[in-house]
Amino acid sequence: MSDNRDRISVPSTRPPTERQALRRTKEQPLGYARPNLWVYLILGIGLIVVMSPFIWMLLSSVKSEGEIRRVPPTWVPQNPTLDNYRELFDRLDFPQFFTNSFVVATAVTLGNLVFCSMLGYVLAKSEFAGRNLLFRLVLGTLMVPGMVTLVPLFVLVANMGLVNTYGGLILPFLAGPFGVFLMRQFILGIPDELIDAARVDGASELRIFLQVVMPLAKPALATLAILTFLASWNNFLWPLVVATTEDKYTLPVALALYSVGQNQTQYGLLLAGAVVVVVPILIVFLLLQRYFVQGIAMTGIK
Amino acid sequence: MSADTDVLPGAPASGRTDPQAVRKHSPLYRRRTIAAWGFALPFMVLFLAFTAGPVLLSLVMALTDLKSRDLRDPLAVNPVGLQNFADVLADPTFRKAAANTAYFVLVGVPLTLAVSLAIAVLLNTGITKLKTLFRIGYYMPVVTSIVAVAVVWRFLLRPDTGLINEVLGWFGIDGPNWLASTTWAMPSLIVMATWRSMGTLIIIFLAGLQSVPTSLHEAAALDGATAWERFRHITLPTIRPTMLFGAVITGIGYLQFFEEPFVMTQGGPLNSTLSVSFYIYNQFGFGNYGYAAAMSYVLFIAIVILTIIQFRALGERDEVPRRKRFRRSATGAPSATDAPTGTATATASATAARKQVGP
Repeated sequence: MSDNRDRISVPSTRPPTERQALRRTKEQPLGYARPNLWVYLILGIGLIVVMSPFIWMLLSSVKSEGEIRRVPPTWVPQNPTLDNYRELFDRLDFPQFFTNSFVVATAVTLGNLVFCSMLGYVLAKSEFAGRNLLFRLVLGTLMVPGMVTLVPLFVLVANMGLVNTYGGLILPFLAGPFGVFLMRQFILGIPDELIDAARVDGASELRIFLQVVMPLAKPALATLAILTFLASWNNFLWPLVVATTEDKYTLPVALALYSVGQNQTQYGLLLAGAVVVVVPILIVFLLLQRYFVQGIAMTGIK
Repeated sequence: MSADTDVLPGAPASGRTDPQAVRKHSPLYRRRTIAAWGFALPFMVLFLAFTAGPVLLSLVMALTDLKSRDLRDPLAVNPVGLQNFADVLADPTFRKAAANTAYFVLVGVPLTLAVSLAIAVLLNTGITKLKTLFRIGYYMPVVTSIVAVAVVWRFLLRPDTGLINEVLGWFGIDGPNWLASTTWAMPSLIVMATWRSMGTLIIIFLAGLQSVPTSLHEAAALDGATAWERFRHITLPTIRPTMLFGAVITGIGYLQFFEEPFVMTQGGPLNSTLSVSFYIYNQFGFGNYGYAAAMSYVLFIAIVILTIIQFRALGERDEVPRRKRFRRSATGAPSATDAPTGTATATASATAARKQVGP
């Protein structure tokens, strides 16, 4: 990433005359080559602004109800307390919501890994009748907003008797077009020679897929797994519609319904709830952040 | 590392002549077709049942008077033709929601693009220290649950004890009761959406900025061009495809905004933050399935139109090379992804599908 800039900042790679030429322009704003304090200052202030909701959320979740309501607002909690969390866990069945979110996200992730990589593989590496049609069909649905499928999907799930079940929460998301797109893009980059060699050796398509393609596609699989898990974890609209009783709520649904219900006024509880929903994801993100960048590089999207 | 080169690990594959290319109708081709469909089958069954099928079904429902009481027997509904669509367009609440959504998109998209580009350009000025920290920090809002984020922002925006009014107070500004004001509720949601969306765009723009030739910048700088002139005449034209891509994915996402009003304002005050998606959700909740489906198709059409407009507005100058690339790829494998435009459409729509299936 820094190749271009290294060329400028490492003097030895340049002939002396050019170096002098660059130096001579020092008075001119050659900000491109020379980082300066202003850049750090602006970025730093921006970072503080961007991070402040998180910091404030964490700090306020350990304040007492009275302190949260104080005018002017305080930053650092004066008497840190875990009461909000204790009450939150007493009142709401957070372990249950957590389990629901986890079960759904895991199942959805596994499904996408298996189904999307299978289709992605043949779309990328096999010539067969109907390939273009399949690819266009799958890509074509990518642009359709979620609201379009909401109604028929609900009618369908209701007729299958799956409302308020794990099945209803999971099935509609098991095979998403995004995963096909990502896997196809990545597998296209795997050299044909490897696959052809296996074919010549008489390996079946299944064996090629499992023993040649999948091991090479590990980075894409990791990226897809993380992005799918995260999307499922944060998914809101569908669980809101399908989960009708508390024992099937996912974390965002529980938090949203709790926060717009009659509990609006219990600020401490709401903030503690937000922390419980956000912090696990932030930790996962910090640990695996390079995969997010990879995902954007592979497909151009989150 | 540009968004449109790196996305295309397979670009060289298009137009290649496959040494293993098999003549159609040969037994080997047939065998391969069977094997390939075997691979595709599990996905396609789920996909047709839960994604492609519902997309079509939704259109059919939009032409009927399906209500929640028909759920037991969905076939017993009456076709009403385009009546739902006529009703939608005449519905004053829908018009209000459409105006709100347009406001959100027309202000939100340029704002998000501008802020993200500014930060990306600063990150690209050659700073090495803390670069990762900045990138992670700016990206963090993207990964968090919008519901949790909205809960927090509701506190930040409170009139008396909120952080934002407190900070404004330092400068002697008496901030309004943001979310209770018909004037300020929507701008508040726009700022929150910008905060939440810019992380993705910053990374996309950073990738795009790598394709800006350093030599051009150096030459222009030696000729005495100011930083702004270089940005305007070198950087901006070069990253035009990246900008287009960013505008499309942001536009598609913003047209569907739903969670923000759901958690922050419930569409109020006085419907001033009611979005089209939220109104669809409400009508769905009332059991007016046919009506909701018709509205969702109107939203879909709006998304298509906005995308076309953005292509026209931002994409025209490099029309010729793009067409060329399209023609070349048309001869090769299925290649919606072989040209920058194709990439933008395909992946942009993938983002749109975030609400549907995941990212």
